[in-house]
Amino acid sequence: MIPRRAFAGLLAANLILPAGRSQAQDRAGAPVFAPVRPGRPLSFPADHGAHPDFRTEWWYVTGWLQAQGQPIGFQITFFRIRTGADTRNPSAFAPTQVIFAHAAISDPAIGRLIHAQRIARAGFGLAQAKVGDMDLVLDDWRLRRAAGGVLKASAGDQAFALDLSLAPTQPPLLQGERGFSRKGPRPDQSSYYYSLPHLKVTGALTREGRRIPVTGEAWMDQEWSSTLLDARAVGWDWAGINLDGGGALTAFQVRDGKGAAVWAGGSLRRSDGRTTIFAPGDVRFVTRRQWRSPRTGARYPIARDIQVRTPGGPRVWRLEPLFDDQELDSRPIGPVYWEGAVRTEGGRGYLELTGYDAPLAL
Amino acid sequence: MVLGEWRAQPGRTLAAILAIAVGVGLGLAIHLVNRSALDEFAGAIRSVSGAADLQVQAASSAGFDEDLYPTLARLEGVATASPVVELRARTDRGEPLTVLGLDPLRAAAVTPNLLGGGAVGGGEGGVTTAEAVFDLDAITLSPAALQQSGLRVGDRVRLSAAGQSASFRIVGVLEGVSGDRALGVIDIAAAQWRFDQLGRLQRLDLRLSPGVDRSAVERLVQERLPPEAALVTPQSEMRRTESLSRAYRVNLQMLALVALLTGGFLVYSAQSLSVTRRRPQFALLRVLGLPARGMLGQVLIEGVVLGLAGAALGVVLGVALAELALRLLGGDLGGGYFSGGRPPLVFTPLAAAIIFGLGVAIAVLGSLFPALQAERIPAAVALKTGSGEGAETAGQPLPWISLGLLAAGGLAALGPPVGGVPLFGYGAIALILAGGVGAMPWLARGLLGPLRRLRAPPPPIALAIARLWGAPRQAAVALCGIVASTSLMVAMAVMVNSFRGSVEDWLIQILPADIYMRLDPGLTLDPEAQARLAAAPEAAAIEFRQSFNLRLSPDRPPVQVSARGQAGAGAGEGLPLVGRQVTPEGLPVWISEPMARLYDLSPGDRLTLPIGPGAQAQVTVAGVWRDYSNQFGALILDQAAYTRLTGDAGRAEAAMTLAPGVEPATAIEAFRARLPPLIAPGADFAEPREIRAVALRIFDRSFAVTYALEAIAILVGLAGVATTFSAQTLARRKEFGMLRHVGVRRGQIMQMLATEGALLGAIGALAGLTLGVVMSQVLIHVVNPQSFNWTMETRLPWPLLASLAVALVATSAGAAVLAGRGALADSAVRAVREDW
Repeated sequence: MIPRRAFAGLLAANLILPAGRSQAQDRAGAPVFAPVRPGRPLSFPADHGAHPDFRTEWWYVTGWLQAQGQPIGFQITFFRIRTGADTRNPSAFAPTQVIFAHAAISDPAIGRLIHAQRIARAGFGLAQAKVGDMDLVLDDWRLRRAAGGVLKASAGDQAFALDLSLAPTQPPLLQGERGFSRKGPRPDQSSYYYSLPHLKVTGALTREGRRIPVTGEAWMDQEWSSTLLDARAVGWDWAGINLDGGGALTAFQVRDGKGAAVWAGGSLRRSDGRTTIFAPGDVRFVTRRQWRSPRTGARYPIARDIQVRTPGGPRVWRLEPLFDDQELDSRPIGPVYWEGAVRTEGGRGYLELTGYDAPLAL
Repeated sequence: MVLGEWRAQPGRTLAAILAIAVGVGLGLAIHLVNRSALDEFAGAIRSVSGAADLQVQAASSAGFDEDLYPTLARLEGVATASPVVELRARTDRGEPLTVLGLDPLRAAAVTPNLLGGGAVGGGEGGVTTAEAVFDLDAITLSPAALQQSGLRVGDRVRLSAAGQSASFRIVGVLEGVSGDRALGVIDIAAAQWRFDQLGRLQRLDLRLSPGVDRSAVERLVQERLPPEAALVTPQSEMRRTESLSRAYRVNLQMLALVALLTGGFLVYSAQSLSVTRRRPQFALLRVLGLPARGMLGQVLIEGVVLGLAGAALGVVLGVALAELALRLLGGDLGGGYFSGGRPPLVFTPLAAAIIFGLGVAIAVLGSLFPALQAERIPAAVALKTGSGEGAETAGQPLPWISLGLLAAGGLAALGPPVGGVPLFGYGAIALILAGGVGAMPWLARGLLGPLRRLRAPPPPIALAIARLWGAPRQAAVALCGIVASTSLMVAMAVMVNSFRGSVEDWLIQILPADIYMRLDPGLTLDPEAQARLAAAPEAAAIEFRQSFNLRLSPDRPPVQVSARGQAGAGAGEGLPLVGRQVTPEGLPVWISEPMARLYDLSPGDRLTLPIGPGAQAQVTVAGVWRDYSNQFGALILDQAAYTRLTGDAGRAEAAMTLAPGVEPATAIEAFRARLPPLIAPGADFAEPREIRAVALRIFDRSFAVTYALEAIAILVGLAGVATTFSAQTLARRKEFGMLRHVGVRRGQIMQMLATEGALLGAIGALAGLTLGVVMSQVLIHVVNPQSFNWTMETRLPWPLLASLAVALVATSAGAAVLAGRGALADSAVRAVREDW
């Protein structure tokens, strides 16, 4: 999932570790980030909560809603970033953790994204990522795990607001080696990563003061890590598709400057729970159609074929966007990327394309 | 006809025009300077507060608990709350600056101008800023702070504040902070940590949700504020700014109006004389068929033209004066209200128009009585007498109207201030002036009475007395200008002299120690350092003090609180106390006179100070002391009690009494050597002698404008006296011719004129001095306490008063003699033949 990476990278590069200060690690009081190692079993609900010793972490909810019979894509994401701030500072304002959140809806009737974002340093209960169970607060935005494991999400601003309940229907899907997910050729280029596909959505979407009841289906990823992408990487493609009948397809690739995959991975969980984890050679993204953003000039491969090798033989899903212009410009806080609702024969989900406007400065 | 008259009397006309011009010019200049200063000051406030909708400010630099931040941030209607640590700091080179500790992510939504470049990240300029976000080592400086310190982006700067010192790397420029505000922005966490402010905030800037009911949110915020924090809106901040200088400004404005009023009297006297001189001319016109209304019209038109010319000249003069004053004295005209900075001139056409109109109106008013007089001239009589003079309206002058005016003035002086401005006091001065001038004919007779009983005075003197006795109204016309300007001058001089004398006495009383020490803002001595200093053999005793500002009301400037007093002696020891004292049961405090008046407190009253545990220190007023240093109130409490209440044992000031025989210079050396090395360079030592000199210099500077106005009033007054006298003398050619015919010698006529002039001058001086002293009492006991909340004791500036009287007598006698010489140049025969 790229924007997460891209965003974390931007913060890390520009904000947290000021340029030209590679000696930061030598400074007294500099934080020591926890490493990601294989073989650490994930345990819930504790691992739904935050892992503040790691550099970056995100909770990423994407999905499709039915609002008055019309399909609308949505995303609500919370990031937690541990900064390079001096750990000895006893101030309650010490910016050791920063919370960033983002929400957007994709309405074909509008033809582009509507989005809102928030950022604050953690503290005073105004911005927090709780340890022990999922509870993220950023002013009036919130994502938490309530009784019965149902996720409650609320986010938005004047233009739109989402107020959703997301009920799990399946156990967590552990990515990679039981939650240890490699992102590059070096073993330390990795993260802890699990997904909650097929979340049953109920709630409301408020647009310009009008509250519309919605239902739908969503997908949540949680991922935490301390390591940046491979030096050659300029961007990242990711797709998470809820397949009809209960299956879940995850695919991602890290691209270099020529568009070739530096690393790739993903998984396919069938409705009966049997799961295939993809090795780098098992996943291919094939572009059928590009779309050029009139605002940034970036060209995004928005219509893709995802080709995977499964024990039962190769399979292909043809992804088609809900509509073309799902580019998201999160500047000045984050990068420019494409994050959009996509459908395929027998499934619906989200596709994320980053590093097409400018290489990720990592 | 108008032009002809003026061509004949250029001097008098010019004097009248100038008088109006000076009044208009001064009034406008003072207004413009103040407007410019206020605009500049308001701009400075805005640039420090940013564009916050509402602001919560700490009552003192000790701040309030940071828990208020989440409380207010969660309030309905508050979109974003931006917490601020605000410190007064100094660079290691000694330049003062305000340091703001901000959370850039919050400030970006509330006060983006307090962040460098493009706020968070953002475009080309954002790179520097992005680096600054969360960098606890970074500081962004305002252009003025960079310029002052001579530092550049990339340099390191060491700052001292709140007794701590820390170094930061300059990463950018605060382009959004304009003017000469020296400001530095660091991260709020760095500010709390490095400058010992953990858990404390000095400010919360709030941005409200769009479309929310502002007053409702203000109420909600107000309900949640602890006593040590106050809600400040841009409006209340402006009010406070205005109230800072309002009294001073109004005083100056009133002085300018007084100058204008004097101008009005000069117009009156010039026009009266001119009308008298033209009696035959007017009479002839009447005979030729011009209606009486025409006479009235002509004189009034003359007044309008005079007024227009004077006012136009005055506007030009005013703008030039304002420009000059801004350059030389700064925006507060030396009043010391706005620190630093020379604001650009702001021209306000409306104010200029109003003052212009006032100038014209006063000129017309000054012409009205002479015009009415011209209208009433009975044609036949005026022609028959064939004289341009004489025709003193018969009858004894009536003092009743004047006495009524004086009584009304006395009553008005008892009135209360109106919105902090002593309007009734000024009204009283105007009434007393009018009454006094009106009483002049009567007074002149009263004073001349005894002289008439002189047995066989020399003929010239007898003639002079007889003439003045016979024509008191004409004498009064000559006198009114003199009396008006003299009395106003005297009133001001007595007030300023009393003030200065009281300040001098007060300075001696308030500074009893041998040496005073003060540390730069941000530095303090801990108890250990205090003990080291106190142990110096050069010191007989050292009293350590701590001062800070405490805001007791959101609309008022903060009160200065000083913790002082030595063990064994009360903090009130040695204060210049006024009025009664009490020995309270609770914690005693001594408040300054301005504080007592502003907060309506008297000895025995209780009040709550927002300091200490729960910010609820209960104290009782033990006494009131005279204070001229802080117009907005000061409060003294015992330093041991202060430490007990607040836990703050640091002290930034000390008063040292030296051991016998120790030279101050040696002692200062020794004290400095005993200070901690980091603090020693930031310590200022001064002897009371120097402090007194500096204080009086500031006093004189702040009264520089008053002195200037006074000098101008004196000059206008004297010029008026001179022109009036020469006019009156020139108009009496026939009389002189007649006297020559009956055998009076030329020299005797000159003696007569000199006597007349001197007598008039003396009467004017006497009346002016008396009226002036009466009016000075209104200034001292009504205007000053109501404007500035302090009192003073009357001291008469005898040398000034005496020389003023001498100058008046000499000027009027001299002017009469000079004019007489011209009038006597004609031959006696021709003089008598004139008009026949």
